[in-house]
Amino acid sequence: MTETWTIDKASLQGLFAKLVSAGYRVVAPVRARDQLALEEVASSYVPVEEHMPTALSAKSITFPPHEALIRYGLDDGKAQLDDAVPNPPPTVLFGIHPCDAAAFDVLSAVFLGGDPDAHFRVKRECLTLISLSCTESDEYCFCTSVGLGPGDARGSDILMTPVERHRYLVEAFTDKGRAVISAAPGLFAETDGAGKAKEAVLARVPVRFSADRLADRLPSLFAREELWADQSLRCLGCGACAYVCPACSCFDIQDECGRQGGARLRCWDSCGFSVFTLHASGHNPRLKQSHRWRQRVMHKFCYQPQQVDRIGCVGCGRCSRACPVDMSLADQLATLAETQP
Amino acid sequence: MSATNPYTPYQMLIEHVTDEAPGVKTFRLKFVDEAAGEKFSFRAGQFAEYSLFGEGECPFCIASPPTRPDSIECTFRQAGRVTAALADRDEGDVIGFRGPYGNVFPLDEWQGKNLLFIAGGIGLPPLRCVIWNVLDLRDRFGNIDIVYGARTVADLVYKNELAQWNGRDDMRLVTTVDPGGEIPDWKGRVGFVPAILEQTAPQSANSVAIVCGPPIMIKLTLPVLAKLGFDPDHIFTTLENRMKCGMGKCGRCNVGKIYVCKDGPVFTLAQLRDLPPEY
Repeated sequence: MTETWTIDKASLQGLFAKLVSAGYRVVAPVRARDQLALEEVASSYVPVEEHMPTALSAKSITFPPHEALIRYGLDDGKAQLDDAVPNPPPTVLFGIHPCDAAAFDVLSAVFLGGDPDAHFRVKRECLTLISLSCTESDEYCFCTSVGLGPGDARGSDILMTPVERHRYLVEAFTDKGRAVISAAPGLFAETDGAGKAKEAVLARVPVRFSADRLADRLPSLFAREELWADQSLRCLGCGACAYVCPACSCFDIQDECGRQGGARLRCWDSCGFSVFTLHASGHNPRLKQSHRWRQRVMHKFCYQPQQVDRIGCVGCGRCSRACPVDMSLADQLATLAETQP
Repeated sequence: MSATNPYTPYQMLIEHVTDEAPGVKTFRLKFVDEAAGEKFSFRAGQFAEYSLFGEGECPFCIASPPTRPDSIECTFRQAGRVTAALADRDEGDVIGFRGPYGNVFPLDEWQGKNLLFIAGGIGLPPLRCVIWNVLDLRDRFGNIDIVYGARTVADLVYKNELAQWNGRDDMRLVTTVDPGGEIPDWKGRVGFVPAILEQTAPQSANSVAIVCGPPIMIKLTLPVLAKLGFDPDHIFTTLENRMKCGMGKCGRCNVGKIYVCKDGPVFTLAQLRDLPPEY
């Protein structure tokens, strides 16, 4: 059930102070040179005004670029195993866009479905998401093409929308969200519903393609080698798209070890890398870059909807902003959705 | 609240090492923690991640049958960093083991049926688990035929067991080596597995075929099985793709809507025909 309040922008520092004193770590976008990065902030934090998304997505908070799955000491060849799964502090992630919040829903479906992943679960369970609706977008944004939108609530515990210059509309969707409201009761004023004020300030993000039509069409396009080759001719296989993607969850497991000991690490990986599927025998099921580009599209827009009932993309556009050869995913998907089988 | 870590390996003592073929070894492993070993169970077809601290993990099948739970055996070819480091280990050393992962061969459905095993080279270990499993429950199955080939006589694995199987009168074993791979006193056949299979002409009625070997062998064996009358639903294989987590999360063994590690590794030919050819 959604409950709605308002909060003055000037009261946010009070809210952060209450959260910090209640034991929360607050993480929010901060300026880092010409980009935005997510960092732990003090209660004096003032939200950044820019619309632009953080350069890296918020997924690191539950799925870091590398993390130890187990640690071990090596003493005289005898190993001492440390397999404790460390519990992180309760954390409020403030000020991410609705697309990034929705991506946690995709990550949870992957990591917590089937055999639940303990390392992800402990970090996700202690995380509260307060997202900010988008009032601006850019040419890379395509959330509305994948079933989301600039004021969409999926994944968020609280969604704030700047309905007035000095005031946010506050919608709480979960117990975690209501716990934040309860932590600072004096700062929130009750209000009756979001009303039209929210719609009026949201960014207008054009729909670029139909995700349903794309999912229907992809299986019949699989064997069209020339189509995928044409789309991926420029692809360097650098993996930047996967690293900035809030919903990409593929990983490698590698040991890193010195003489005293080491760790078995989980590291981000990408289906765009040629070694991703390379067998020890030398056989590689995805030999060409076009096969790897096809896998990226098929996995997100055709397989994941069947595997976890979600599209593996939230339309944040980071992959296209980060691509060194300017491949636009939304353009490519729009082409695919309209290609006759 | 502490969480159970799914990446914690069991510690396994290497009880015995067998040199099977050039670059191929079999480890017989025992659980260091006996209580954990007693709780551990698996079924034919499943695999595990074998590991060494400081080197990494490698997925291989469990090559011993669940009917002989006193130890776990794995057979591997030295091919990369982890397998090279494993091959350096000796009896008395300890390695890591986590699993079991993946689906199983449907032995219950095979009761009363004839079983035809076709293996090439290092493709025998995954089938050896099933072969011993059905031999240990011999009266539940019909004829048991094995066609096993390798490039050379030296490359045949489990030579002692091949001799045992050859001596049994309740099964038939045909071994073959590629032309040029024979030695003067070689008593088996000479020829490629698909051709030898066709010559042995096993019956397809009330039968299932289980195939594992290099991709080229599988590719040329399937038409022979079709010619012999085997239905795609009655031809089984076990796939191998690069894998890391074993739980359908790390993404690399994804083929179409399935993950080889979680939805496989055992598939029928009918199931494989529904997948893109990315394995």
